[in-house]
Amino acid sequence: MSQAAMKRIYSMPESLKDTSNHYCPGCGHSVVHRILAEVLDEMGLRERTIGVAPVGCAVLAYNYFNFDMVEAPHGRALAVATGIKRVQPDKLVLTYQGDGDLAAIGTAETIHAANRGEKISTVFINNAIYGMTGGQMAPTTIEGLWSTTTPGGRDLDRDGYPIDISRMLAVCPRTVYIERCAITSPKNIRRAKRAIRKSFEIQMKGLGFSLVEILSPCPTNWKMSPKEAWMWIEKVLERTYPLGVIKDLTESGDGG
Amino acid sequence: MMVRTTFAGFGGQGVLLMGYVLAHGAMLKGLNVTYLPAYGAEMRGGTANCTVTLSDEEIASPVASQPDILVAMNAPSLERFEPTVKPGGLIFVNASLIEVSPQRSDVSEVRVDAVKLAREVGSDRAANMVMLGALVGKTGMLEVEEAVRGMAEATKGKEKFFDLNKAAIERGAAFICEGR
Amino acid sequence: MPSERMLMRGAHVVGEAAVRAGCRCYFGYPITPQNELPEYLSSRLAEVGGTFIQAESEVASINMVIGASAAGARVMTSSSSPGISLKQEGISYLCGQELPAVIVNMMRGGPGLGNIAPSQADYFQATRGGGHGDYRLPVLAPSGCQELAELTFLAFELADTYRNPVMLVGDGLMGQMMEPVVFPDPIDPKDLPPKDWILDGCKGRPPRAIYSLFLEPPVLYQHNLHLQGKYDRIAAKEVRFEHYQTEGAEVVVVAYGTASRIAKGAVNRLRREGLPVGLFRPITLWPFPKEALRQMAQNGIKIAVFELSLGQLVEDVILTVGARSEIYFHGIPGGPIPTPAEVEDYIRSVMSGDGRVGRRVEV
Repeated sequence: MSQAAMKRIYSMPESLKDTSNHYCPGCGHSVVHRILAEVLDEMGLRERTIGVAPVGCAVLAYNYFNFDMVEAPHGRALAVATGIKRVQPDKLVLTYQGDGDLAAIGTAETIHAANRGEKISTVFINNAIYGMTGGQMAPTTIEGLWSTTTPGGRDLDRDGYPIDISRMLAVCPRTVYIERCAITSPKNIRRAKRAIRKSFEIQMKGLGFSLVEILSPCPTNWKMSPKEAWMWIEKVLERTYPLGVIKDLTESGDGG
Repeated sequence: MMVRTTFAGFGGQGVLLMGYVLAHGAMLKGLNVTYLPAYGAEMRGGTANCTVTLSDEEIASPVASQPDILVAMNAPSLERFEPTVKPGGLIFVNASLIEVSPQRSDVSEVRVDAVKLAREVGSDRAANMVMLGALVGKTGMLEVEEAVRGMAEATKGKEKFFDLNKAAIERGAAFICEGR
Repeated sequence: MPSERMLMRGAHVVGEAAVRAGCRCYFGYPITPQNELPEYLSSRLAEVGGTFIQAESEVASINMVIGASAAGARVMTSSSSPGISLKQEGISYLCGQELPAVIVNMMRGGPGLGNIAPSQADYFQATRGGGHGDYRLPVLAPSGCQELAELTFLAFELADTYRNPVMLVGDGLMGQMMEPVVFPDPIDPKDLPPKDWILDGCKGRPPRAIYSLFLEPPVLYQHNLHLQGKYDRIAAKEVRFEHYQTEGAEVVVVAYGTASRIAKGAVNRLRREGLPVGLFRPITLWPFPKEALRQMAQNGIKIAVFELSLGQLVEDVILTVGARSEIYFHGIPGGPIPTPAEVEDYIRSVMSGDGRVGRRVEV
């Protein structure tokens, strides 16, 4: 077979650095990194992208993503991104944040950036647990889920309800698009990738703020095998956090 | 030459504007000047005061140990600031609102029926500019024209009050200089 | 061309000077007594096509500063004491990430909510680094409106030169006070030297990352030594201070900012009587003007520290002067504004050694 007839079916996205990462086996971050990088490659945006890394398991994301990045203090990614976007309005500015970063310590920054309608894209990794610090309760930890700081499982009377930040943000008039996805199957992964792409398109059109929430497995801290973790998302976690489009103003033309 | 003047009254009497006008007039004349308003808690109680320092040399402290001159627009201000005035100093009293005179014998009093004179030139509300006119007329720290120039600069954007304010400054000065 | 002479409120002077120094981004959260600064910039930055955001908190605003600085802008935030406490984490990051920024603290009385009166009680916080980690930032202490303008320019210049945040400290009195000001030549941001480290998309170059996380101990060790080298260069080159009537003085007051203005008034009063007194005024609180103060502190000279706090500046004086001179201290906590007459009284007391006002500090 000639060289020309060969079809390339797999390659490293240019938007990812060719390096190994520190994520645990079965962790969702590497999958999301990959699809995010693929979208940037496909859209030709790598050289126009500025990313903001969180504090949490993805704190070292700038070692893996092959585009300009800055590290934000814990929870402040959307404030940092606001500063960047106002100075470089023609760039794609994205934040990549976990649940503790985005929905606990950074709740104020998250809500206010979304409410200002900052033209920023946020990829929100929800694994319902604190990964990097070793499995403590997250704001998104569901009722009954064991963590190192909820020994009998999350107790609604003691710990309150898990927070559904995506639906809260949907209330803000200037959030344009919010979708919740999972990466539990090839189909879901493709869907998550489409959602990320849509979020980037919305930003490049200048429509406003958008967020893609991704339910992501944490086998290490859930004390499950990777397979069990995937199944647990579908069987249990999605009951609290159902998948689907939460808000989309692009269809109605109200965006921005 | 260094002169410190404290202006005091209640909110709405244009006390800060008096100081602001004097400061602008002095700056345009080429003098060194500092304008220091009381702010914060003192501002909320409905009283207002500011201190303006004019000098032909560098002004070290914007804070006055003892003002040379007090312009008291209401009775509580006279009561409060009279003790701070430097011996030999001057106290301008808004006689329209203050019946009493300073208790001290080591200061001089200048009584100005500011509201009445302001009414003569068109509005009660120009009483502050009448007092300012009396201040410059008495002390000569600015020429009347310099005070008017300071007023024009300090009230940029409110030109519709220029004629009234100018008339009030001139009226206050005339009251001092011509005794009527 | 320098501006004409303008009578302006201190807080407005800082805002106008920032814009003329090429600052096009401001992020802040209201707190008294510095609100006149963001209020001024909200309209002034709009005129020049800049960015003004009233953030949801001091925390958010300092992080917006991080972003705008990383993206290459001359950027400023301002607050007053409690708000500056909230910004400390971000200031530590700015230092760790080597990002330039200007932070203005119009100090008020503390601790806690304190009051809004003039105070200098954030001296330690500013000069020791109020956040975590081994870091330093230049701290500039203007004493009047003209210097507010000039030191705002200098703050941006130092920040960019050293890729480090710079703090400008005043207080409510200085923010409210009006004095005539002549601004230096305005700077067009387009004329500023390009920065080769900013994040603006990796077109035609390898990607850049700005961070302060160094998990490998030898790497963090090297990073800290690198930062320290920079702080040493700043300490060697950027010291600023003023001598006032110190020639032949037997008592020299050491004071900065508003306190130094009041002290200068007292020195003038005493000099008129022919008394040999002077004033030494640190303009950079960090780096502290050690050499100049040490040179002056010879036997026989009494150093009289005067500050609007209860023993902060005096520690740097003790560290600098040691046992070379007698050191006296008089501090006023947040609230009452002392007059030149009160400081005069203090200086007289130091001269006579009667211990009536202030106290001798044992080293």
